[in-house]
Amino acid sequence: MLKNRIIPCLDVKNGRVVKGINFVDLKDAGDPVEQAKIYSDGGADEICFLDITASNENRKTIYHVVERTSKNCFVPLTVGGGVRSVEDINKLLNCGADKVSINTAAVQSPEVVAESSKKFGSQCIVVAIDAKKSGDKWEIFTHGGRNSTGINAIEFALKMENCGAGELLVTSMDKDGTQSGYDIELMKIISSSVNIPVIASGGVGTLDHLAEGIKSGASAVLAASIFHYGTYSVKEAKQYLASKDIPVRI
Amino acid sequence: MNVTIVDYNSGNISSVINSFKEVAKDKVNIEVTSDLNRIESSDKVVLPGQGSFKSCVDALNNISGLVDTLNEFAINNKKPLLGICVGLQMFADVGFEETETKGLGWISGKVSKIDNQNGKYKLPHIGWNEISIVKDSKIFKDIENYSHMYFVHSYEFVPEDKNVILATTDYSSNIVCSVEKENIFGTQFHPEKSDKTGLKIIDNFISL
Repeated sequence: MLKNRIIPCLDVKNGRVVKGINFVDLKDAGDPVEQAKIYSDGGADEICFLDITASNENRKTIYHVVERTSKNCFVPLTVGGGVRSVEDINKLLNCGADKVSINTAAVQSPEVVAESSKKFGSQCIVVAIDAKKSGDKWEIFTHGGRNSTGINAIEFALKMENCGAGELLVTSMDKDGTQSGYDIELMKIISSSVNIPVIASGGVGTLDHLAEGIKSGASAVLAASIFHYGTYSVKEAKQYLASKDIPVRI
Repeated sequence: MNVTIVDYNSGNISSVINSFKEVAKDKVNIEVTSDLNRIESSDKVVLPGQGSFKSCVDALNNISGLVDTLNEFAINNKKPLLGICVGLQMFADVGFEETETKGLGWISGKVSKIDNQNGKYKLPHIGWNEISIVKDSKIFKDIENYSHMYFVHSYEFVPEDKNVILATTDYSSNIVCSVEKENIFGTQFHPEKSDKTGLKIIDNFISL
């Protein structure tokens, strides 16, 4: 039986780990490679790096981080943030990333998703959708949540599936950094709309939030703060989910 | 000893290289090349593969003489070869991803899309799944039955001769996830991404 995945996410800036609260107020907290290794040894099913200020700053640091991580961690590594072109994707894959997540570029130029999934395979193309509730709909945002687009999140999810995305990483902008749980309605509606796996993200504060994320239909749950600040270990999270009869790899 | 990872522009092989180097340490020389002479004189060959069946077969065919060299290595000289993911799938006679494409024809069978049972199962099949070992193999030495391995694929290899099947995994149906035919081994899952258990399989292959 396929297990539900727990994916710790490390926000990386200038080669160092930080975690944003609502995408601002950054705290420096360590070496990403060391952190990734701790997570993979602790049973993380995948590791995710998000290069948060990549759109504006020097990107070269992330390549070095990815290179070092892939020589030390033997679980899948997803890298996102500031990925603009097929060439950016190629570089990250060559450095040892297994998947690349695309956010702003997927909205501005969907052909990047189409081309890269054809060139490298859907399995390494993750489209990151940052969505915010607006009335009874969800609108997607780009540039790390700074720019509104007027685009409906569900329609965009379907479009990305058609373009060849292998997975969708869905983050609720309303919930991110609040530790009040995933936006369950959003996760439910997107995972039931598409036939590709959905990774739920944004808002985890307790282990029960992880369970709620899986029950919403997501194939994987992503969390940053609860693991990063040591509130819970990945192992504790898995044991908790197992105790709720949610299949996980232990 | 030389273990050669065939570099034929089949997508991202960094993880395969890193994992083999991690396991090999200084004991075994890991080469990454598309040079035909070096492949042929190698002791063992690893055939990775990412992307579609068609894109991988096309990439093999784009390197003049590569398919002949692989045939010489695996079929005539019967030296150990490990196919990973689409690398395994290409052992088949034919694949149906994108369009009908001829495979290497080393193990009779076809590669077809996993039945998602009208959307009940998400595709690709991504994540950690248990493998059910149905036949002893040297590459599964010290691997416990029902170990978790990391999968990413939407297509499955359906061999004609069920005796080649080493292990299956349960997703929609019992999917063939490892095969062995004489000197030819394959895993549908990614040992290079399956943490310590996966590295053990790599170690087993290197130690054959």
